[in-house]
Amino acid sequence: MLQTQELQVNIGPQHPSTHGVFRMLVTVDGETVVDLKPVFGYLHRNHEQIAEANTYLQNMPYTDRLDYFNSMANNHAYAMAVERLAGIEVPERAEYIRVLMVELTRILNHASAVGFMINDMGAWQTPLAFGMREREKILDLFEMASGARLMCNYFRFGGVARDLPPEFIPNLRELLVALPAYIDELERLLRDNEILLQRAVGIGILPREVALSYGVTGPVLRGSGIPYDVRKAEPYSVYDRFDFDIPIGKVGDVYDRFLVRIEEMRQSKRIIEQVLEQLPDAKGGHINPKARQNVRPPVGDAYARIESPKGELGFYLVSDGSGKPYRYKVRAPSFINLTPLADMCRGYKVADIVVILGSIDIVMGEVDR
Amino acid sequence: MAEIDPTQLELERQGVLLTTVNRFYNWGRRSSIWPMAFGLACCAIEMMAFGLSRYDVARFGAELFRASPRQADLMIVAGTVTKKMAPQVVRLYNQMAEPRYVISMGACATSGGPFRDGYNVLRGIDLLIPVDVYVPGCPPRPEALLHALMTLQEQIDRQKLGRVRWYGSSDKPQTSDFPVPTFGAKGLEIDGKLVDPVGGLPLLSPYTSPSHGEHRSGQIEHPEIVRQFPIMDPEVELENALKARGVAPEIAADDLKRSVVNDA
Repeated sequence: MLQTQELQVNIGPQHPSTHGVFRMLVTVDGETVVDLKPVFGYLHRNHEQIAEANTYLQNMPYTDRLDYFNSMANNHAYAMAVERLAGIEVPERAEYIRVLMVELTRILNHASAVGFMINDMGAWQTPLAFGMREREKILDLFEMASGARLMCNYFRFGGVARDLPPEFIPNLRELLVALPAYIDELERLLRDNEILLQRAVGIGILPREVALSYGVTGPVLRGSGIPYDVRKAEPYSVYDRFDFDIPIGKVGDVYDRFLVRIEEMRQSKRIIEQVLEQLPDAKGGHINPKARQNVRPPVGDAYARIESPKGELGFYLVSDGSGKPYRYKVRAPSFINLTPLADMCRGYKVADIVVILGSIDIVMGEVDR
Repeated sequence: MAEIDPTQLELERQGVLLTTVNRFYNWGRRSSIWPMAFGLACCAIEMMAFGLSRYDVARFGAELFRASPRQADLMIVAGTVTKKMAPQVVRLYNQMAEPRYVISMGACATSGGPFRDGYNVLRGIDLLIPVDVYVPGCPPRPEALLHALMTLQEQIDRQKLGRVRWYGSSDKPQTSDFPVPTFGAKGLEIDGKLVDPVGGLPLLSPYTSPSHGEHRSGQIEHPEIVRQFPIMDPEVELENALKARGVAPEIAADDLKRSVVNDA
C-alpha cells in the first residue's frame, strides 16, 4: 500500500474565485477533499450594530450594501419589516413598482451568477462579459428610477422614493424584447459545452434531506428538488396576483442549480410582463402620502421575509418605541446557504470547490454583514 | 504630459519620432498597468464593470486582471477593509513587485465610509500602505475609476527614471516591506502602537498625508473631540448646525419642527 498523507490547503481570502473575501481551510488527500472548514468575518463591517444606532430611515442605504448585487431586494425586505412594525399601508402602484424592481434584480443576479460560474471554471473574463452584458441595461433602468446604478436606496416606508420616470416603461419594453434571446444564449453556454458539463453535472450534490436540515433556501434548495419559494409559500406584496412557476431540479448538483436560475429568469420576465399589464390600473401613487419617514413605531417586534434572488431574506426588528431599532437582525440567505458547503464538497476534487461555491451564489457582504 | 517640449510633439505629428528614455519608459509603463484581481466588497462589482465591455478598460491597457500579486502593478483596494482583512492587504501589497501603485476605490477604502463607526472597520487603507489615487463615491461609478486610472497615468508620466524610488538613486530611502499589523488587545497594532484608535476623527495617513513619514501610525487630529457612538442623531446634529450658523432661536425651533415632517 502507498503511504498517503493528508494536507491542509488554504483557499482565500484573496483568491480570484472565492466571490469576495472568504477563506476555506481544505484538508485534502491527494486531490480529494476530505474536509473543509469555512473561515469568514473578513468583511464583517458591523452592519447590525451600526443599524441599531441609526434611525429607521437611515438604515435603508445600509441595506443596499448587504447583498450588493440585489440592493432593491434588500430594500424591499427592510421596508416591509418596518411597515409591519409601524403599521404603514402601501399603495397598489407602489407595490407593483416594487415587484418590478425586485424581479429585474433577480434577472440581473442570476445572469451574473452564471457568468461567474463559468468564470470560476477557468474561462477567464469572457463568459463574465456575457453575464454582465444585459446587466448593464438593467442598471440603466435602475439609474433612471433611483439615480444610482448599484446602491439604489429606492424604497421608502409606504412606497418608493419617486415615481417611475416617463422613459422607464419604453426602455423596459425594449429590454424585454431582447431578453429571451439573451437568456437562451446564456442557457446555450451552459447546455452545449462539453467541458462545462464535465465540470458541473453530478458535482456538489446536495440531497433533499440534507438541504432541508440545513435550512437552505432559494435556488440551492429548489435545485435539490423542493419547490419552496416565499413568493408562493407566503405571498407578500402583490405576488398572489401573478401567474408564475417555481422551477425545481432533479439531482441537486451544480448543474441543476444553474438550470433553475436560468428558468427563474424566464419566470421573472413573465412576472414583469404581468406587472406591465396591471400597472396602469393600479390605484394610488408611488408612495403613501400619510407615511412618515422618520417613524417611531410602537413597542413590539416584526419579521418580514421576501424571496430574494439568493434565497429567503428576512429582517427582524424590535422597537422600544424610539426612532431607532432596539434590535436589528438580518436573516441572510447567503450565510445560511453556505453552511452545507463542507457536506457538498466532501469527496470531490479540489478544483470542484470553487465551482460548488459559485453554485451557491454567495455575497460576502451578506454573509459577514 | 506637461513637461514635454511642444516642438517635440509637433515633430511627432509630422512623423518624426523623437523621444527620451524617460518618456519612452513612462509610456511603456503607463500603457500596461495590470491591476490585481482583488475585490473586497461592493466596489469590486463596479471594478468588474470597469473591466468589462461597456466601460472597457482595455482602451487604457489595464484590462489584464492578474490573480497573483507578483504579476500585478496596481492594487485597486475596492471595498471596506476590515481589521481582520487589513494584514492580508498589506501582505499582498508587500508581495507586489515595484513599481506598484494603489488606487483607493470608494469611501470605505479611503476613510471607512458609511461603516466608519464599526469596531471592525479600518478607517482608511492609507493608514497601512501608501495610496496614489483616491476615488470618492459609494460606490464610485466605473467612469470615476477610469478617471482614477487616467490620473495615475498622468502621475506616471511625471516620473523621472533616475529619481524613482525603486532604482535606489532617489533622495527617498528605498522602501522595504511595509509593516504588517498584528492583532493587539485593542485593535490592530504596528510595533505595539494602535493603528486606528477609536474615538477620534479624522486620521492622518502616515504615508500619503502632507507630513507623511513623520508618524508611524494614524494620528488623531482632534483628540479633544470625543465622539459618542450614536453620532447620527438627526435632531442633535441639526440643532448644533443651526447654533453654529447663529440662527435666531425661534427660527431654529421652527426649522427643527419642520425636520420632523414627513419629507416624501
